[in-house]
Amino acid sequence: MKLITAIIKPFKLDEVKDALKAANVTGITVTEARGFGRQGGHVETYRGAEYKVDLIPKVRLEMVVDDAVVDGVVDVIVKSAGTGKIGDGKVWISDVSRVVRIRTAEEGRDAI
Amino acid sequence: MKPFTRKGGVATLVGTLGAVALPAMVRAAEDAPPSLDELQTLVPGLQVTLDNMFVLVATVLVVFMHAGFVLVEAGLTRAKNAGNIVMKNLINFSIGAVAFFAVGFAIAFGGDFDGIGAYIGGGGWFVGDGAFAYGNLTPFTFFIFQAAFAATAATIVSGAMAERTKFGGYVAYALIMTAVIYPIVVRWQWGGGWLYQLSTPFHDFAGSTIVHLCGGVAAFAAARALGPRLGRYGADGKPRAIPGHSIPFAIVGCFILLVGWFGFNAGSQLGADPVIGRIATTTLVAAGAGAVMAAMVTRLQSGKTDVAMTGNGLLAGLVGITAGCYAVSTIGALIIGLVSGVIVVFAVNFFDKIKVDDPVGAISVHGVCGAFGTIAVGLFSNEESEGFVAKGLFYGGGTDQLVSQIIGVVSVAAFVFVVSTVMFAVIKATVGLRVSEQEEREGLDVHEHGSPGYGSDRAMA
Repeated sequence: MKLITAIIKPFKLDEVKDALKAANVTGITVTEARGFGRQGGHVETYRGAEYKVDLIPKVRLEMVVDDAVVDGVVDVIVKSAGTGKIGDGKVWISDVSRVVRIRTAEEGRDAI
Repeated sequence: MKPFTRKGGVATLVGTLGAVALPAMVRAAEDAPPSLDELQTLVPGLQVTLDNMFVLVATVLVVFMHAGFVLVEAGLTRAKNAGNIVMKNLINFSIGAVAFFAVGFAIAFGGDFDGIGAYIGGGGWFVGDGAFAYGNLTPFTFFIFQAAFAATAATIVSGAMAERTKFGGYVAYALIMTAVIYPIVVRWQWGGGWLYQLSTPFHDFAGSTIVHLCGGVAAFAAARALGPRLGRYGADGKPRAIPGHSIPFAIVGCFILLVGWFGFNAGSQLGADPVIGRIATTTLVAAGAGAVMAAMVTRLQSGKTDVAMTGNGLLAGLVGITAGCYAVSTIGALIIGLVSGVIVVFAVNFFDKIKVDDPVGAISVHGVCGAFGTIAVGLFSNEESEGFVAKGLFYGGGTDQLVSQIIGVVSVAAFVFVVSTVMFAVIKATVGLRVSEQEEREGLDVHEHGSPGYGSDRAMA
């Protein structure tokens, strides 16, 4: 089992979510996040004065999937979240040692 | 406000009402339209009732302006101080009502107008024996309208002091402002004092100077005494914006202030007179013009139309027209609004540059545009009324009114600035004016009032 974490542009959330559903991903967790990468920040203006926004709003997606489908799911995310412009985000994959469904105490693949 | 000739007001009004309210009585009796004298005998007390009713309705609108101030000031500041800023408005209004009732009203309107009475009044304490009444108004109707104004003058300052002021220090300020400083300024003009006694009387119909410049100058003294908020200026000394947490709040607040302003300006006629329609028109035109110009100027400056600044522009137009809403021509009102909308943007930039941190733009809107609007009466006045207002420079009246306007603006600004500066210095040395650095960083809501303005019921709050 793997944990896939993706940081994407907020307005891409619906598109990515629909694509993941179509790819039979059974569940995702979404968190609002802020951060910076190579995109850096940007400057906004308010009442004639400027201010720098260093931490840009992003959305963080997390899902645990079976090893067999990891690459397919990553492809789906990269395709649906991409705009080709700077700031599209990242996807990374981590190992998961154990998963338990709280309601039934099922473990492993059954719990996904 | 204050003595003026009611030019044909009663005649026109009763004439209009006659057609509606008294058709059977009058029209059936004779074919010729009734004379004014006949009508007045038919409707004893009607004008008295209408005057009191109208001014009380106007009062309610002015009180509602405080809801506007709450939203503007909360919207243009950060969420961590939301509870504190609305509390300042709430306590300010409440202290103002009590202080103006107890002493302010007596200082503003009580006693004789000669000698020292031209500068400070006394009499009718607690709106009791000897309380001043104007025209057809009962002392209470007159008082409550003035009380709503007093709280307005004081609450202007809370925006400029936002996000860094000790609550106790603010309470001390609100009390002194509504009990003493504002009433003395009122005395000079609406209370029949020395500005009103000038050979060409100073003219400030609804308070560009008496209310707004007074509040704006006190706001300037307050912001200077406090110093800028942490993080307002970068290490390079350049201003850094601290965006407010709710632009919709701020703009709803502007609309509420606009609505209230019709009571503020038209109510200052202190009677139900058909001229209120024209007063409301000059008010509306100036407000719109101010917002349009502020939007355009910000667009030209930065390439974007700034929402908060456009809201300030609307208020700038309103403040600008407040002095001349009765006397200036409608075209004059348009010009005053347009110019106010430009001035306010540059004034905000200016105070940013000299490091006077005014989170909501109160000094620019109320102080600078209040001064401009008052002086503009000397240019655009199209009314001539002995002992009330003369024609302005652009309407063939020469410079008499203009000179009186400048005297009024300079004297009120100087008086309020000196007294406020001393007052804030004393508050600083006694109860304290500014919160600790830690409190400012964490937000005033929890430190001053015990709980956050938003979100104490969130799971992880």
